[in-house]
Amino acid sequence: MLFSPAPLHIPDGFLSLIISLFFWVITVVAVGMAISKTNKTLGEKQVPLMGIMAAFIFAAQMLNFPVAGGTSGHFLGGTLAAIVLGPWAAILVVTAVVGLQGLLFQDGGLLVMGANIFNMGILTALIGFGLYRSVINANKTTRLIVAGLGAWLATMAAALLASLQLWLSGTSQLQVVIPAMLGVHALIGIGEALVTVAALAFIMQARPDLLDAKAVVEKGGRGWIYGGVLISILTVLLSPFASGDPDGLERVAETMGFLDRGLSASYQILPDYTVPFLGETALSTIVAGMVGALVLLGILVLIGGLLKRRAS
Amino acid sequence: MPHTHPTHHYQLPHFEGDILQITDLHFSYPDGHAALHGIQLCLAQGEKVALVGPNGAGKSTLMLHLNGILGDSGAVTVAGLPLNPKTLPQIRAAVGLVFQNPDDQLFSPTVFEDVAFGPLHMGLPEAEIHIRVDAALESVRMSAYRERLSHHLSVGEKKRIAIATVLAMNPRLLVLDEPSAGLDPRARRTLIHLLRDLPITMLVSTHDLALAKELFPRMIIMDEGRIVADGPTLELLQDQGLLEAHGLEKP
Amino acid sequence: MHADAFDRYYHAESPLHRLDPRVKVFLTVAFILSNALLSDGVWAAFGLAWLLILFANRFSGLGVEFSFKRSFIALPFALAAVSAIFIPAGQPLAEWTIGPIQLVPTDFGLMRFASILLRSWLSVQAGILLVAVTQFPDMIHAFEHLRVPAILTTIIAFLYRYLFVLTDEVMRLLRARESRSAALPGLKSGGSLFWRARVAGNMAGQLFLRSYERSDRIYNAMLARGYQGQMRTLRSHTMTRRDWLILSLGLFALIFLQLLARL
Ligand SMILES: Nc1ncnc2c1ncn2[C@@H]1O[C@H](COP(=O)(O)OP(=O)(O)OP(=O)(O)O)[C@@H](O)[C@H]1O
Ligand SMILES: [Mg+2]
Repeated sequence: MLFSPAPLHIPDGFLSLIISLFFWVITVVAVGMAISKTNKTLGEKQVPLMGIMAAFIFAAQMLNFPVAGGTSGHFLGGTLAAIVLGPWAAILVVTAVVGLQGLLFQDGGLLVMGANIFNMGILTALIGFGLYRSVINANKTTRLIVAGLGAWLATMAAALLASLQLWLSGTSQLQVVIPAMLGVHALIGIGEALVTVAALAFIMQARPDLLDAKAVVEKGGRGWIYGGVLISILTVLLSPFASGDPDGLERVAETMGFLDRGLSASYQILPDYTVPFLGETALSTIVAGMVGALVLLGILVLIGGLLKRRAS
Repeated sequence: MPHTHPTHHYQLPHFEGDILQITDLHFSYPDGHAALHGIQLCLAQGEKVALVGPNGAGKSTLMLHLNGILGDSGAVTVAGLPLNPKTLPQIRAAVGLVFQNPDDQLFSPTVFEDVAFGPLHMGLPEAEIHIRVDAALESVRMSAYRERLSHHLSVGEKKRIAIATVLAMNPRLLVLDEPSAGLDPRARRTLIHLLRDLPITMLVSTHDLALAKELFPRMIIMDEGRIVADGPTLELLQDQGLLEAHGLEKP
Repeated sequence: MHADAFDRYYHAESPLHRLDPRVKVFLTVAFILSNALLSDGVWAAFGLAWLLILFANRFSGLGVEFSFKRSFIALPFALAAVSAIFIPAGQPLAEWTIGPIQLVPTDFGLMRFASILLRSWLSVQAGILLVAVTQFPDMIHAFEHLRVPAILTTIIAFLYRYLFVLTDEVMRLLRARESRSAALPGLKSGGSLFWRARVAGNMAGQLFLRSYERSDRIYNAMLARGYQGQMRTLRSHTMTRRDWLILSLGLFALIFLQLLARL
């Protein structure tokens, strides 16, 4: 097989419209920021570089290695890209890869592509780069261990978020999807971590200039450390809670008004948040979703701004 | 069939004299490796010259200097224009550089887009670009390949399209890095005919001395970053000692 | 392996092949959006959507069953939706006891499951048909016309071009590994898991560096042809009356479908 559809590439139809649009909005904003950042900070040389790196990620995903009993591990490459190219460029690179996989191979849907890019690109950039950036001045072994940890956590975070998206869309039941996805990806993540570490070690030896502290620091500010560590902690805390006590998570969601228990219109996760003058139509649901996404984004930007001010 | 020829509005002003002059060119790579030592070279208009020498002699490095991709020492003059940041766009349009590996040269998804890349980035109007693309493909006899996808082409086809990508810019000087490497005998033969029929000044690096003998009246031998011989091809090929000293074999 | 393994375009002379790529992309996305807007269990609307797909297949010149035959790629993902069958809502249909676990499929759950699969299956077919009748470079142009930022379309164009070159390199690396990792009969081959992962990692690192250096050479080739930091593209497509007509017909059909679903 040339490439196996990874369970993280969600196809169309499996996420509700609201969830799909919600993540599209966030992804579009993040990709927009990545575009303006890479335009500003990186030279014009970066356009062919990012293109070839996208092809590298695509091709490297064919690198498999036998694990046991006929199954094999696959390399995903997001963390490696985030560390070597920097988070902003990595977001664009993964966006291109996910886009092409969805468009050309139907490996992942179009309407849900925002969610797929978020899970595999933006989360990975945050965790992979953020954690590595936090130990940038440590010795080589520490950096490699943290890179491996980042690769594993990034895979887990993507799986966790994908599960939550499926659950919030009314596609999967929490007590099934969480253990299944996290279980599988705990293993996939180990393979990813091992290969990422070995590849990084190889690059450190052959081209140390690409990975010296100065080169890495230039590619992303301290905000990435906070973001990466925060998301990592969230993942670590939420995963056992979600798989050990899914009912608990469901209760939380319910009390927070996130979950429509009736599921009669299961693509509306925010039934109480429809826009009044539009009535109970699909349109108003879409608008509600966009508003929700924008509010969340506003909060994120605010937090980011505060963190930045404190840092400087 | 009606035939449209490229218009000539977008070329360098008319110019008499040596198309290329290099005086005392030195170059070291960022890692400190000194690749060129005092290169002196003149090319008259219409000349077809072979550049030979062992691996690592510095042929590719020299070629990258001819349109300012490497170096900024002011040692290079093209068609009377000294190479500097201001003349760079003009010089890049005047020197058509074709790289060794056609997969590096053909970076666009389709043949048309690749051949159009040069004229497009020279700022030519759209109608002119189409005329240029058609003429360039015609002159490498690949007109039928206009809409093909680059990754579907064979190595020989890729090499010819690679030449078309710079012909579309109407260069004054064509610089080819090992055009015949990796070609089968028939593709090599096609290439020889093609190069012979192109009425442009050429500097061609090659390990194929038979090709040099057949196509190029003048030959330059490089070794270790220096030009060690420069003269009529047939004469240099008689000098057994010279050839052996620089790792070359008489065809 | 040859690069053709990645091609999804099937050539034919058909109205669909000739259609402006923007219209094709737009209608595909609209169709997938329309599927997402259908509530569970509106079978008539799902059926009509399928008819639209059959119709499009018919006009692709590739055969009515073309997209159907290739539509099972998303099937493995259906596993993710299986648990929907047991959503505790509606009427229980049966009770299965497997060891300590008790499973109760419900009619509501079953309807939900079927609807999810139908939406996905219809959407996947639209995507399959889109890439079968549109050369990928034309699709990239369509996105340029639809105002996707140039940097993204350029990255995707490079990705598409070098996908073939780099996967060939991976194949060579894998073949080299294969030919050197034969096990003697009765002996276990290939060291520990760590060792095998390290081999894969070294291959990834090597591929990375080769790609990195290749991008330098490509950048040089671009510079040599007048690139000054700004990608330019020719906008080569123009919408004809026929394109507009088909676009409107397609949108009308989708609106009709949505109305039908809400009757
Ligand atoms: N990017 C680079 N960085 C450092 N050294 C380089 C680089 N590229 C080439 N060199 C060195 O410069 C010297 C000249 O290389 P060049 O590629 O110009 O040789 P060449 O004559 O074209 O050889 P070939 O016939 O193998 O193509 C070689 O010793 C090579 O190792
Ligand atoms: Mg060379």
